Amino acid sequence: MTKRDLPALSIIELRDFLRRGEISPSETLQALEERIDAVDPEIGAYLVHDFATAMAEAEKTDVSLPLGGIPIAIKDLINVEGQQCTCASKILRGYRAPYSATVIEKLRGHGAIPFGRMNMDEFAMGSSTENSSVQVTRNPWDLSRVPGGSSGGSAAAVAADIAFGALGTDTGGSIRQPAALSGIVGFKPSYGRVSRFGLVAFASSLDQIGPLTKTVQDSALLMNAIAGHDSHDSTSLNAPVPDYTKNLGRDLKGIRIGLPKEYMIEGVDPAVKSAVIAAVKQLGELGAEIIEVSLPHTDYAISVYYILATAEASANLARFDGVRYGHRAENVSSLFDHYARTRAEGFGAEVKRRIILGTYVLSSGYYDAYYLRAQKVRELIRQDFVREFEKVEALVSPTSPSPAFKLGEKTTDPLQMYLADIFTNAANLAGICGISVPCGFAQSKNGKTLPIGLQLLGKALDEARIFQIAHAYEQSTDWHKARPVIEPIAA
Amino acid sequence: MASELDVAYVAQLARLQLTAQETALFQKQLGDVLKYAEKLKEVNVEGVEAAAHAVPIFNVFRADNPCDWFTAAEALSNAPRQANNLFIVTKVVE
Repeated sequence: MTKRDLPALSIIELRDFLRRGEISPSETLQALEERIDAVDPEIGAYLVHDFATAMAEAEKTDVSLPLGGIPIAIKDLINVEGQQCTCASKILRGYRAPYSATVIEKLRGHGAIPFGRMNMDEFAMGSSTENSSVQVTRNPWDLSRVPGGSSGGSAAAVAADIAFGALGTDTGGSIRQPAALSGIVGFKPSYGRVSRFGLVAFASSLDQIGPLTKTVQDSALLMNAIAGHDSHDSTSLNAPVPDYTKNLGRDLKGIRIGLPKEYMIEGVDPAVKSAVIAAVKQLGELGAEIIEVSLPHTDYAISVYYILATAEASANLARFDGVRYGHRAENVSSLFDHYARTRAEGFGAEVKRRIILGTYVLSSGYYDAYYLRAQKVRELIRQDFVREFEKVEALVSPTSPSPAFKLGEKTTDPLQMYLADIFTNAANLAGICGISVPCGFAQSKNGKTLPIGLQLLGKALDEARIFQIAHAYEQSTDWHKARPVIEPIAA
Repeated sequence: MASELDVAYVAQLARLQLTAQETALFQKQLGDVLKYAEKLKEVNVEGVEAAAHAVPIFNVFRADNPCDWFTAAEALSNAPRQANNLFIVTKVVE
């Protein structure tokens, strides 16, 4: 292996090289930096990366730790002390985190090096990363397409071998959907499994931090580092954390997997449909029993999601008032003018849209019809899952109804963009865990190969089982080994 | 229900100044979203408890112990305007 090939390694592979002393953490960072310089001008995944600080950390890191010396890219809404944390929003331009999130402390405790601030949809609101106020991120498989979102920078970086692994957040699919569109593994933990202390809040009853990686094993390894109770986050669950790698390699005999009939709907791209059908067959051949199940309230998930998520966002984003941090309007005429102009100047269109919708569904006269009703339907959606998880250990579906779409294709129609989350929203509403793993490719009209993702959902806190199933499937295929060919600007 | 959304009024509630163009655009786009959401009216929710979140955790307490936290300088480190170790706010009382 040459230094040039180094960035293509998985975390596990890199760890073995580091432990054997064949390469050092500093050499790893150096090789990564060179690859970023060569490739990222095409992709646009990194907002910034502080090589000098990471090198200082690399020199002190202990490679015998589970993630010793491994650089991990961080979505730009998780605080790392001393680094920017802008949520790709103008309103937080220049903001420097005065403390580190619990997940960052935990990663460092496992020897990892947080490296780079990844592009995203502003405040994690979007499914294509086009809502970033800073830059476009392109899909490494086809530079004219989106990488998915909102964790699009994290996903594109891992797919382009300019990050070994990354942290993202998933409020309605923002880890799983970009993972699917970028051809990598994305994992959303159960609600409460990972501390959110130090995460900028979008929708507090839905947000979870999780890993984006090249393989299922890497995903489990990162979860081993970041999962667990945190007294700083009252929504984090005080439940034991198993070793998520312990079930990897076990077969699927005796495992029952449900195929929700509501998820094979019209409007799913034919290539996605056939890839998922083939994957389900493969799961059966691996020993799993496939059972048709029903989640009758599926059709309401998007409506419920966009009412609840925007309501919570409108409350969470009230803190951006131009007083304690962030942008502040100049020459204001009154307090109202101060707030209204600060926020008008700082927030982008999608954030404004969601604040308006969220404020409306919470406002007097409409609260019962929208917000309260949505909370009740949410409970019915949750009960659908609880009932079906008595019959099966996991559910299988497409992650996204289509492969990566073109840049600009859905930006003028928010409802079409919202429908991109049709298979992922419900897991957040129900608080369960889920993963997206590569399961095939579609051929686009312009002759590009576009990845397809398979979603596996598991009951709350049953992460280890989902990793077991996803790993067994992944290892029986070659999909995860394929890499996009990116023409570097300066090779 | 959807036709009752008055974006200009809600923007005031949300302390968000919108241009006439934004107001008109959001009126149309959010009208479409609310129309789509009307299907929630079909669902029988009688007797269903509203779920604030999906996990049964309530009233989480911890010991009320003092600990080191931000210094004033750290808390002010991102303030757009400050003086005398304080945040400067826009005049609240006329």
